[in-house]
Amino acid sequence: MKPSSSQSVLFATSEVSLPSQPRSAKAPVSNGVVGMLIFMVTEAMFFAALISAYMVIRAGLEEWPPWGQPRLPVETTAFNTLVLLVSGLLMGYSRTLLKKNKIAEGRRWLGISILLGTFFLISQGYEWVQLLQFGLTVSSSVYGGLFYLIIGAHGFHVMGTLVALSYAWNRLGASENQITPEGLFPAQLLWYFVVCVWPILYVLVYLT
Amino acid sequence: MSQATAAIQTDTHAEHHEELNFLHKYILPVDHKVIAMQYIFTGLIMAIIGGYFAYAFRMQLAFPGELVPFYGLVGPGEYNMLVTNHGTIMIFWVAMPVLIAGFGNFLIPLMIGCDDMVFPRLNRLSYQIFLVSALVLIASFFVTGGGFGGAWTAYPPLSSVAEYSLTDWGASLWILAVALEFVSFLLGGINFVTTAMNARAPGMKMWDIPIAVWFIVIAVILFMASVGPLIAGSVMLFMDQRIGTSFFLPSGGGDPLLWQHLFWFFGHPEVYVVLLPTLGIVADIITVFSRKKLFGYKTVIYTAFATGGLSFVVWAHHQFIAGIDPRMANVFVVTTVLISIPLAEMMFSYIATLYGGSIELKTPMLWALSFIAAFLIGGVTGIYLGASAVDVYLHDSYFVLAHFHYTFFPITIIGMFAALTFWFPKMFGRMMNETLGKIHFWGTFIPFNCIFLPLFFLGLAGQHRRIYNYNHFPDLATQELQNIRIFATVSLVVMLCFQLVFVYNFFVSMFKGEKAPENPWNANTLEWSIPSPPPHGNFKTLPTVYRGPYEYSVPGREMDYWPQHVPPEES
Repeated sequence: MKPSSSQSVLFATSEVSLPSQPRSAKAPVSNGVVGMLIFMVTEAMFFAALISAYMVIRAGLEEWPPWGQPRLPVETTAFNTLVLLVSGLLMGYSRTLLKKNKIAEGRRWLGISILLGTFFLISQGYEWVQLLQFGLTVSSSVYGGLFYLIIGAHGFHVMGTLVALSYAWNRLGASENQITPEGLFPAQLLWYFVVCVWPILYVLVYLT
Repeated sequence: MSQATAAIQTDTHAEHHEELNFLHKYILPVDHKVIAMQYIFTGLIMAIIGGYFAYAFRMQLAFPGELVPFYGLVGPGEYNMLVTNHGTIMIFWVAMPVLIAGFGNFLIPLMIGCDDMVFPRLNRLSYQIFLVSALVLIASFFVTGGGFGGAWTAYPPLSSVAEYSLTDWGASLWILAVALEFVSFLLGGINFVTTAMNARAPGMKMWDIPIAVWFIVIAVILFMASVGPLIAGSVMLFMDQRIGTSFFLPSGGGDPLLWQHLFWFFGHPEVYVVLLPTLGIVADIITVFSRKKLFGYKTVIYTAFATGGLSFVVWAHHQFIAGIDPRMANVFVVTTVLISIPLAEMMFSYIATLYGGSIELKTPMLWALSFIAAFLIGGVTGIYLGASAVDVYLHDSYFVLAHFHYTFFPITIIGMFAALTFWFPKMFGRMMNETLGKIHFWGTFIPFNCIFLPLFFLGLAGQHRRIYNYNHFPDLATQELQNIRIFATVSLVVMLCFQLVFVYNFFVSMFKGEKAPENPWNANTLEWSIPSPPPHGNFKTLPTVYRGPYEYSVPGREMDYWPQHVPPEES
């Protein structure tokens, strides 16, 4: 049971691969990226289901948001959205740097991107605490339930991706067992996904 | 066979084969073959539980209110729990793990010629989560109130309110187990598709992949694309049960129909998710035992794509009487009936493969042929149910039940036995006993028809599905109908008894059977080019593939088969 050399633990490639030959005649896209793309299809369907659930339940109610429920903080969240989008752009920038083999510089921008993502998460958490104080809970109305379900599902994805990216950031600076830019790419892809889903959810839940 | 290619390349393999200790070989394996065995054996154990449940509630239906031997008294709540968990277990913990996860794990690397899955640890994690999900499900039978009894479709509000279902934690553990199981197959599925795309042996082009692998991969893609909504739905149902949201409760502003849409958006593709692997396995078996090229290889694959695509737009045919808009129902009638076209095309391709072949009626072939026959009955009766006008009468009757057992029994049980008897030599290195295999086949197939054919008539007579004792319904409690119920139940008991023959054959053959050669069936695909059972790492050197998988009885060749890895002869 040798530890894998270049990639994160779960995405480690086979331990019994045959060194003398490539595993395949041609693999235009790496294993990690194919796996992540398939995973993203499932994730897209998951969010599509949440969005359709929101729209179906909303269409069945006359008053939205229901009487007595607090309004959501549109402006603060708009700023938050901006922070997340910038984080996504910086992730792309760090990827171009890493591809040019500027590891130290790419790692720095990756770190800044992770920090912005963390800011988004903390800011959202602070927003939740306030909303709870204003009386919006999961059981106060189906409006509150949907809010916490959808925004919470997205928040979990942000958190999970940030953990993976931080782990990769750490491994990128390690003296041995360094992760390669290609090994990092699947986690970055997931970050793009998380960033791209957010504006849709923002428009759906906060604006309309 | 394999020496031809082995001679070309030097053996670089030995250094990677340090002997693994017992813990790493069998408890925490990364070898796809061991993980496949774990899935298959777990699935078979769950099948025993599911069969036992079926026995208990069938006995209650035949002899209502009497003590069931080896079980006890079946009360109404318990009856619901047995029916619900029979369905859940057979679909999610038998069909999925054995056919997709088990045989997918075993066959994909062997058939495409690589040493292991591309993410072996993801694979191991997938099985571990699956095992936890099975344990959670079993635990749900023993909590206060007993296991969940709201049918495997778990329609709210019955499933979401503890005061209605009377199974507070049973319902929650049930939905938790189902969600965990999906996570497990999500991880496994990522692995399967990536492996089949990226790790094929040199020379194996898209149209050289055996149908079994193609279909498992298509099934996995269907699963991945459809499971998201049900995961979302499960989370919402769990929140409704435990933290007081009201997504599916009309009193709190929710919509109970929403669950049905989320469930069936997954639930209907799921039918094809379990069907396609069996269809693929059957395609491989009938070509080997009729010594003929598969008729319309590409057509068969295209029909699978068409079936998969259509399966996403038929889900509401489960809800014709749930109160959906009749105009919408019409659309779903059209798509539902449309889906029978690609499947019929596939069936005709299989029958055309058999036509004019030199058919050998070995046990796996018997299973494969019986699959085609039984599945056709299931498919044809489905057309009646797909028409919304007829469905209004037949919905939730035993006609529906007989229909889907005529699809699911062939898919799950017959498909499983076909695959197990066919690949048994490769899995365990020994041959199964043919005579016992045939006794088991007839002892299963005849009683199977005796169980479910009568149920069509019970359904047409108006017998509703979810009633535990028909004595309370004078129209349904007649002696005539009761005799049919008793006949079906006796047939079930006979069928279950014949499974002992299989268990005996399986274990005796595993240890004492005749040693299997590399290629006992004279088949073409790559898994038959290596020793039985394959060593850790499968291939000594990566094979090179020269041709498609179904080159049987090629004119001008001495042998009637032409393995994929044998280089073409110099002319």
